Amino acid sequence: MGHPAVILSQASESRPWGTRRESECKEIEGKMTTRIVELRRGILKKNDELAAELRQRYTAAGVLVLNLVSSPGTGKTAFLERTLRELKAGGARAAALVGDLETDNDARRLAASGAPVRQINTHGICHLDAEMIGKHLDGWEGVELGGLDYLFIENVGNLVCPSSYDLGEKIRVALLSVTEGEDKPLKYPTLFNSADAAVITKIDIAEPCGFDRDLALKNINEIRPGIKIFETSAKTGAGMAEWLEYLAVERAKREG
Amino acid sequence: MHELSLAASIVEAVTETAAAYPGSTVKAVRLRLGALSDVLEDSLRFCWELTVEGTPLAGALLVVTTIPVVVHCAKCAADVQLDGVQSFRCPRCGEPASDLKQGKELEIESIEIDDGKDTGAE
Repeated sequence: MGHPAVILSQASESRPWGTRRESECKEIEGKMTTRIVELRRGILKKNDELAAELRQRYTAAGVLVLNLVSSPGTGKTAFLERTLRELKAGGARAAALVGDLETDNDARRLAASGAPVRQINTHGICHLDAEMIGKHLDGWEGVELGGLDYLFIENVGNLVCPSSYDLGEKIRVALLSVTEGEDKPLKYPTLFNSADAAVITKIDIAEPCGFDRDLALKNINEIRPGIKIFETSAKTGAGMAEWLEYLAVERAKREG
Repeated sequence: MHELSLAASIVEAVTETAAAYPGSTVKAVRLRLGALSDVLEDSLRFCWELTVEGTPLAGALLVVTTIPVVVHCAKCAADVQLDGVQSFRCPRCGEPASDLKQGKELEIESIEIDDGKDTGAE
């Protein structure tokens, strides 16, 4: 029945900042028969453990895994469609898992690229978690992780919840379209701060949308200084060469 | 929207731990939530109440400590606390700082149980 303390955060020491409801603690501590049992365990410990297992599987298979996160309507699917098509044309082996609450519309769209695609329907859950990924990797007909160069996970369109759920990915990509407003990174700092790369989509319609490019880049950098940013259009192909180059470099690192 | 699943995870972990102390009552559950954890405290409290209703944890107090963001500033060679989550720059020198040291915690720190035995504490 032992429950070893697990410390997931780097900050293991308790600090007095921002302690709320201190009076409530005091009241409890005053009672003579209460005792404190340390847990120090992540609330999402189960997900984190499953994600660590997935990460090991990805590494052993030599596949580069990316988790694509954005609001609904940013153009994740169009961006991924183009990415899969171009990777295939370049001889790379890529596959995708795509999360949505309902429908397999996105999977069908992505499958047109010729890449293996599997839909995950969360039925109301606002994010993908490591367990869902594990289940859908198992029994994926015709797909072996070891036979892939890239695996893309298109998360449920949501800029809040997916940030807490590690899927074992190597690279988390935050996407933002020119129609969404340049302050999106400031409004959703957790997600942008946790991202390894940022992709601006629909850059072909930036001008009619009155998109302030400099402000958007500044805001992204304010939340995640030094992050790699790609300005792309799935329609015209703008910025795709730089993106594919980045993928190839990251994939090569994987092998090294 | 994921506060309900967080509440369920907390209940599960606390129930598991408390099982090692038969006959005890859980009086409080202490959480450490980073400023970047994206958890709405009020929403979590609401979901907590719903989740513990009718369980042995009903009535247990949720005590939340908010952990501010701390980044490492290479220029100052120091860990510095940020005032908010709108700008990841060193508040001392203004340099961008992305080396996060603290602020993403989503952690159950401890539980306080009452097993009716005198702890010997004052």
